[in-house]
Amino acid sequence: MNNPENAIEVRNVKKFFKVYYDRGITWKDKILSRGRSRYEKREVLKGISFDVKKGEAIGLIGKNGCGKSTTLKLLTKIIYPNEGEIELQGRVSSLLELGAGFHPDMSGKENIYLNAAVFGLNHREIDKRVDDIIKFSELEAFIDNPVRTYSSGMYMRLAFSVAINVDADVLLIDEILAVGDISFQKKCFEKLKDIKRTGTTIVIVSHSLDQIEKICDRTIWIEDGCIKEAGVPREIHEKYLYEMEQVRLERFQEEAYDEMQENAEEVSEPAVNSSETLDIAAQQEISIPEANAEKEEDSENETTEDISETIKTLKKNFLTRKDIIHQGNQKVRLTDMYITDIHGNERLYFETGEDIVVYLKILPTGESLTGTIFLLLYRDDGVYCYGSNTYIENKKIVEIKKNQLLKITLEKVPLLSGRYLIEAGAHDEQAIVYEHVKNAATIQMFSAKGEQGICTMGSTWILG
Amino acid sequence: MMTTIKELYEYREMIYSLVQKELRGKYKGSVLGFFWSLLIPLFQLVIYTLVFSVFMRSGIEKFYIFLFVALVPWLFFNNCIAGGATSIIQQKNLVEKIYFPRMVLPVAYAISAFINMLLSFIIVFAALFISGIGIRIAVLGYVPLIMLIELVMGVGGALLFSAMTVYFRDMEYILNIVTMAWMYLTPILYPLDQVPENIRGFLYFNPMTSVIIAYRDILYYQKVPDMRTLIYAVVWGLIILIGGWLVFGKLQRNFVEEL
Repeated sequence: MNNPENAIEVRNVKKFFKVYYDRGITWKDKILSRGRSRYEKREVLKGISFDVKKGEAIGLIGKNGCGKSTTLKLLTKIIYPNEGEIELQGRVSSLLELGAGFHPDMSGKENIYLNAAVFGLNHREIDKRVDDIIKFSELEAFIDNPVRTYSSGMYMRLAFSVAINVDADVLLIDEILAVGDISFQKKCFEKLKDIKRTGTTIVIVSHSLDQIEKICDRTIWIEDGCIKEAGVPREIHEKYLYEMEQVRLERFQEEAYDEMQENAEEVSEPAVNSSETLDIAAQQEISIPEANAEKEEDSENETTEDISETIKTLKKNFLTRKDIIHQGNQKVRLTDMYITDIHGNERLYFETGEDIVVYLKILPTGESLTGTIFLLLYRDDGVYCYGSNTYIENKKIVEIKKNQLLKITLEKVPLLSGRYLIEAGAHDEQAIVYEHVKNAATIQMFSAKGEQGICTMGSTWILG
Repeated sequence: MMTTIKELYEYREMIYSLVQKELRGKYKGSVLGFFWSLLIPLFQLVIYTLVFSVFMRSGIEKFYIFLFVALVPWLFFNNCIAGGATSIIQQKNLVEKIYFPRMVLPVAYAISAFINMLLSFIIVFAALFISGIGIRIAVLGYVPLIMLIELVMGVGGALLFSAMTVYFRDMEYILNIVTMAWMYLTPILYPLDQVPENIRGFLYFNPMTSVIIAYRDILYYQKVPDMRTLIYAVVWGLIILIGGWLVFGKLQRNFVEEL
């Protein structure tokens, strides 16, 4: 120990695991395949260092496979680091695996002795604690029955009671505060707080950031075998959640685009045909799209933008999906829908307050018609959030010509985190629907701030 | 090394629980239960008596006692090695999930085998009385001494092979063959002086030779064992214990990854 105030010191610890492709366990295999015993050296921890002061509680967070459980196993000395040093002071109790070493045929009480002995307690020390353990487990009535007659909840309760009553100097916990029913969980949690108050050093690995915030003084965020950030739990968690959300949204977008791609390939023929016709049409009547490209405000300063050119660069057409349902009399047909951010990058997730741009391409099935083009936004649970159309925005009936293009910029969208569905279509002056595509596209909104409800609003809170 | 010994001492309750679990769990569910620990050596004795005094007569007087006082200690050692070898892999669950000094497992196994031998010795002493050989109080004090030496050897063997078995699972089966050969290379079925003189010296390279000779001197011949025999036994015992200890210490770091 460099610093006597520390309970745990971890210095530049590295850990590799050998991942065998085809593992030979027996001697025969070892000898026969000596030359080709192939394995991959996977670096789980790439050199981490941290200290934990006596009486401090820290939480380890990170996504699955980041190395946080490996770190805990190293602290428990179940496994040893390949490089670096770990030092711990005092008796260590680990709640990694509850009930390890329980013997099903022995009674609850005998198992208390057995399990506590595994934690290094001697007979006298266990005698002193056994009543507390039984009381905490609330299993007084069953304590002389063999453990095999216990329900799994009772089993865990007994195991937790033993582990938590060891009076360790360092307590290592891996995701186990989900023991028994709600009231028992609460009790465990309270007990943990009591233990902390008595000066026990605690290290928790958990996905429940809430629990960590309630107990821990510090959070260490591990990513890809390195410490990414450490500090006040609330602050670290906010950043962590934000990044996790980004990862999730990216995956959501990727999946949605992949699905589009697959479907586009399956229905390739009609799709190609229709877009070809449109392209030809677009070339024939270049001047039209721009003139009719209407939207809320951009028309003033961006009328010079050539929408037909922009739209050619876009690839993720939502309407090539196979499960698209067209409703209405189909006198016009919505063929293309693209969603981008304000810079023209195709995206499916937006932060609250960002601009969202929707491009539509509408094709009359017969001759040109007049009417109104609309766009609707629903939350995924069916709440109607927003709807507008060309008549509301531009105060006039528009002509729907061959290869009609429309660019809609939704400015500073205030919707809060969640999934939203976009629908679009067109109807005539009497509101007879030509075309209505439901569930045309799904987008995700996310808000770093964590407000609740449907949409954000500017607010100032002053405490008097 | 001192810290390991200290830690092992701190976990004495665990060793005690494991021994208890091993002894009690062994015959759990059987009608006679713990009595089997006595019945098995008793029946062994009956069978040997029958075979060697009725069917196959040997030139040695009371051959069944001659054999039995050597066989019971051998079976203990055999058990330490063959059974002790699996003591870690059988407790895989515990080893993977919780920290404790890993030596606890083979040590506890050897101790439980030792206690089984002590129980068998009730039959050994009974047989000595009944057969008329009796017990000489003057040499009786050497029994605990040689038992202790053998326990040291047994613990060493259990440490060594339990650690190796984690890495090579075949060890378990190889040991079954090795112990069979080992038994015949130890003067259990025959007295050492029947071995041709030019080979006899080699038998002393077998750690068990001096142990078995000492047991037989004390119990069958009723004499104080040769000092040289005892020193041989002690030296071998320490070599095996220290060797097993060192190998175990080296191999245990990667137990969990290998399991």
